[in-house]
Amino acid sequence: MSKLPLIVYTPDSLLSNPFRMGREMWRDLVAGQGLAWRLTVRDLSAQYRQAFLGFLWVIILPLANTLVWLFLSHSGVVNVSKTPMPYPVYVFTGTMLWAILIDALNAPLRIVTASKSMLAKINFPREALVLSGIYQTLVNALVKVALLLVALLVMHIHPGWGLLLFPVAMLSLVLAGTLIGVALTPVGLLYTDIGKTIPLLAQFLMYFSPVVFAMPKSGLTATLFQLNPLTPLILTARDWLTGQAPEYLGYFMAVNVASIFLLFIFWIVFRLAMPILIERMGS
Amino acid sequence: MGEALIKVEGLSKKFCRDLKKSMWYGMRDIGSELLGRRHGIDGVLRQDEFWAVKDINFELRRGECLGLIGHNGAGKTTLLKMLNGLIRPDQGRIEMRGTVGALIALGAGFNPILTGRENIYVNAAVLGMSKQYVDGKIDEIIDFAEIRDSIDAPVQSYSSGMNVRLGFAIAAILIEPDILFLDEVLAVGDIGFAIKCLNVVRQMTSKSAVVFVSHNMQQISAFCTRVMVMDHGHVLLDSPSPSEGIDQYYGLVQHAQQISGNGEAAILGVELIVNNQNIESIEPTIPHGAEIGISIKLHINSSRPAVNMQIYIMDEAMNPLVCMPVNNAEGTLNQFPAGELEVRTSMGIVELCSGKYSITISVKDQNTNEVLSRVQGLSPFRIISDRAHWGKLVRQVVVDQIKILPPSA
Repeated sequence: MSKLPLIVYTPDSLLSNPFRMGREMWRDLVAGQGLAWRLTVRDLSAQYRQAFLGFLWVIILPLANTLVWLFLSHSGVVNVSKTPMPYPVYVFTGTMLWAILIDALNAPLRIVTASKSMLAKINFPREALVLSGIYQTLVNALVKVALLLVALLVMHIHPGWGLLLFPVAMLSLVLAGTLIGVALTPVGLLYTDIGKTIPLLAQFLMYFSPVVFAMPKSGLTATLFQLNPLTPLILTARDWLTGQAPEYLGYFMAVNVASIFLLFIFWIVFRLAMPILIERMGS
Repeated sequence: MGEALIKVEGLSKKFCRDLKKSMWYGMRDIGSELLGRRHGIDGVLRQDEFWAVKDINFELRRGECLGLIGHNGAGKTTLLKMLNGLIRPDQGRIEMRGTVGALIALGAGFNPILTGRENIYVNAAVLGMSKQYVDGKIDEIIDFAEIRDSIDAPVQSYSSGMNVRLGFAIAAILIEPDILFLDEVLAVGDIGFAIKCLNVVRQMTSKSAVVFVSHNMQQISAFCTRVMVMDHGHVLLDSPSPSEGIDQYYGLVQHAQQISGNGEAAILGVELIVNNQNIESIEPTIPHGAEIGISIKLHINSSRPAVNMQIYIMDEAMNPLVCMPVNNAEGTLNQFPAGELEVRTSMGIVELCSGKYSITISVKDQNTNEVLSRVQGLSPFRIISDRAHWGKLVRQVVVDQIKILPPSA
């Protein structure tokens, strides 16, 4: 018979043939690499070409956030409990790391929404969009971290050998953000409510993570901080960056294992949902 | 004939009229998909749902070109989207062998800030091409699109024609599919470029199995080896003869009657006369080259001194193709008296291309140019010929003389 590749489309659930589905997921992930990188170059160069301040925008927002919190704590409007390092260092590293996480969280829905018309007309590996979001977040994160390191040196904080492990922590933040983003994308594409809720949700989450507040020692908030799976990610990243011994290393690794597993699950959901969403959102 | 590259059996797709419900059904479909249930709940229609595509069957071999024609909303694009794997069928099965390519949404993914050259690489990546492959083809693309001067300018400075040319050039030069989908791609651009595109598409169609969607019947007639006429998701006709399909498509076109004027005249009835026989049937089919005439009953309720009449033949888009001022034997406009009249006149030989046409009659006051009555969409009729030509009027001509000239120096 013929040696040409066979493509079959039926209403049968894709889950009914998990091996084929796994093969196709792997194939699309590999095939999507080149496209993801192209889209990344496209989006980043367009983004910087059109803005007068260019790359600076990556750091302007977290920088402004830091200044606000420094002002709030200095003027006594907000009473921040004692942090294990000078508060400016704590809040600056915190907001920078948090910005990386939120970048990663926003990327999937942002990019998939922007590519709606392409999705409705062209068959390409949909994974490329999510991958491109990760690449863009990483490139922007490198800019942030570079500035962060300079600032730390100016403030006489020396990271030490822990810095070598910091990339692991940075990837964990991107991984966790991407996971949440991918999980929200299918519903978010249909209902714009999701996109509108994300900034609110992010703000809320920030107050229950050790970003601008120190870890509370006791009470309900302490429990909430402990339960928040983002806590070990932020703390470990900051510890490696500022030359401290990480306190929650076990928790950190557990969260990462869970993230990888969940990302795989939500990748499957994303794949299954995509044709249904394209049908519902029209062209 | 090559092997069958596309096999479609009992293919159906539902859509929902109501946006809110559609979104909610979408959520439920995702839920049932995750539970491993079959898509489309075995053909049950939920509230506000309808069949956008219903029970399509066909096979297509290499070298064949299937033309899909029908009105907007007939389900052509939905069918193409299912074939392209963008949306999933609710019923039925699609089997395809070989690589699939599409000339749809030319220039999708262009970023207006980036230059034409950068966008070529982006667009090629969307089509699944590597940078190295594009490097070897980029000059060919730029030359084909005829935009060498502005290739390094941002795409937002391009005219819409340049955009389309670049989009077409990228897709047409890079892809070499076994199965090709074309959706209204040749509808834009200037005529010179359109001819160039047609030639490229013709080359591609000879090597692949092609599904071609177009509203341009000349293109359908020129490319397709087979035509499917769709209406409300159903296939009305699947025919190996494009002209039969095109004729059926024109049959779907409604010529609505529209009456205007100041009411001092009224058209009471119109009958076509073909080869000296009155035609009584509704929407008759007239062979190309027949001699036709018309019999008009009208009432003129005015004692104006110079009332005259013009007859028009309109095409399916209501463009007037032939204007026939009704003259007297002296060759000046005939003046009609008041009262109830029956007017017979010859309209000569039908030189119209195959298609659907109708008659418009206008009764005017020659002195004031006031319209007493104008009625369009009267006695629609169809013209059939062996093929659709590229002109609205078709006149067969005969060679008088051929002289072989000496080769010029």
